[in-house]
Amino acid sequence: MTAPAVPERHPTAAVIQTRGLVKQFRRVTALSDCDVTVPEGRICALIGPNGAGKTTLLRLLSGLARPTAGEMRVLDGPPRQDPVFLSEVGYLAQEIPLYRRFTAEEHISIGAHLNRRWDPTSVRDRLTSLHIPLDRAAGSLSGGQRAQLALSLTLAKKPRLVLLDEPVAALDPLARRHFLATMADAVAADGITVVLSSHLLADLERVVDYLILLSASQVQLCGDIDTLLAEHRVLVGPRKDPAAIAKTHTIVQAVHTARQTTLLVRGNAPVIDPAWESSEAGLEEMVLAYMGQDASPEISHLTTVGDEQ
Amino acid sequence: MINFRIDGRSAAPPYLQIVQQVRQALRMGVLDVGDQLPTVREVVAATAVNPNTVLKAYRDLEREGLVHARAGHGTFVLSRPPGPPPGTHSRLGRSLARWVREARAAGLDDESIESLLRLTLQAAPEEEIA
Repeated sequence: MTAPAVPERHPTAAVIQTRGLVKQFRRVTALSDCDVTVPEGRICALIGPNGAGKTTLLRLLSGLARPTAGEMRVLDGPPRQDPVFLSEVGYLAQEIPLYRRFTAEEHISIGAHLNRRWDPTSVRDRLTSLHIPLDRAAGSLSGGQRAQLALSLTLAKKPRLVLLDEPVAALDPLARRHFLATMADAVAADGITVVLSSHLLADLERVVDYLILLSASQVQLCGDIDTLLAEHRVLVGPRKDPAAIAKTHTIVQAVHTARQTTLLVRGNAPVIDPAWESSEAGLEEMVLAYMGQDASPEISHLTTVGDEQ
Repeated sequence: MINFRIDGRSAAPPYLQIVQQVRQALRMGVLDVGDQLPTVREVVAATAVNPNTVLKAYRDLEREGLVHARAGHGTFVLSRPPGPPPGTHSRLGRSLARWVREARAAGLDDESIESLLRLTLQAAPEEEIA
């Protein structure tokens, strides 16, 4: 097999675009005024604490639920229950959808009947390379093996977009690594786009290049991770009122001790006051600052980037 | 062929770790002109890094003129980074190892050895060494 050379990346169209998306369950607002954009070929982490609206957003994008208000475009139009859309979107729910009594081989046969496109060889090759038996009931496989089987079946229908709800939360570190490698390989091989939700970022840090951060039903951040990091800085200085900084930067989080003030700010304006020591923000630091209690609600409308992409 | 190790706790981002490991392999003679780098899929499958990270690293190396991507074939080493030939590193490495043994025998711990090396580098400007 010849190896693919390094293709040049072109600015690509958005695979997902939502505007003013709202989902209400009776009187509970699960998602409020949600604007997100995800370009093609990205691996996007959907991060947020439990109950932030991650599953709701994934179900809306997959067409399994309908929004209360707002607009969505996924691939070429609004999500819908038609064969073309459903063949192009792979959705893997948190409760892994497998038949416990059926073997992997039987799942592969079922898939062939249910899908327009179907690549059984890819499933067999992947499972064999990971030493996962094809002839044992899914119920007797380990959690990591079941997750691999479910992901391989999802990829076998050759979707353009894959939505994964908390896929690695229950896996041990090695199974997690294998699962993410399988997912990233599908991106490298077929240029698919992936959105995967998690309440933890640490496991995903090396594999994702795009981020949507949800907190309390609101989008706090959305964009290319390197771009987001370049827009944020940590300032450390003797304890003082950060009012002067607030004129030129958005203060995402301010932590004060008796002697010291630590700020996580958004904005690239130079910090003139030499009392502040400025350093780059880490991904986890930035995410925690937005999830923390100190993030003021009025800044959330400033924090969606990526519309230009 | 070389394997990349991506350290999640390193201060260097993953793409830079790949760039540095290729440069290092070239300096040490592990990789030579004409050798092929692992494909993006091979790196992704082995390390679970984002494919765009590998592409970015390979593009950086290509911009430096160290590698060349041939469409449909892969990425190949074009030249070595400027510097002495590969044997020099291992020869100097061996004499440094002897010195480190001597320093440890004299009771220096790693931190003292590192600070001594830093001080020596600072004290001797480049022209003097050359």
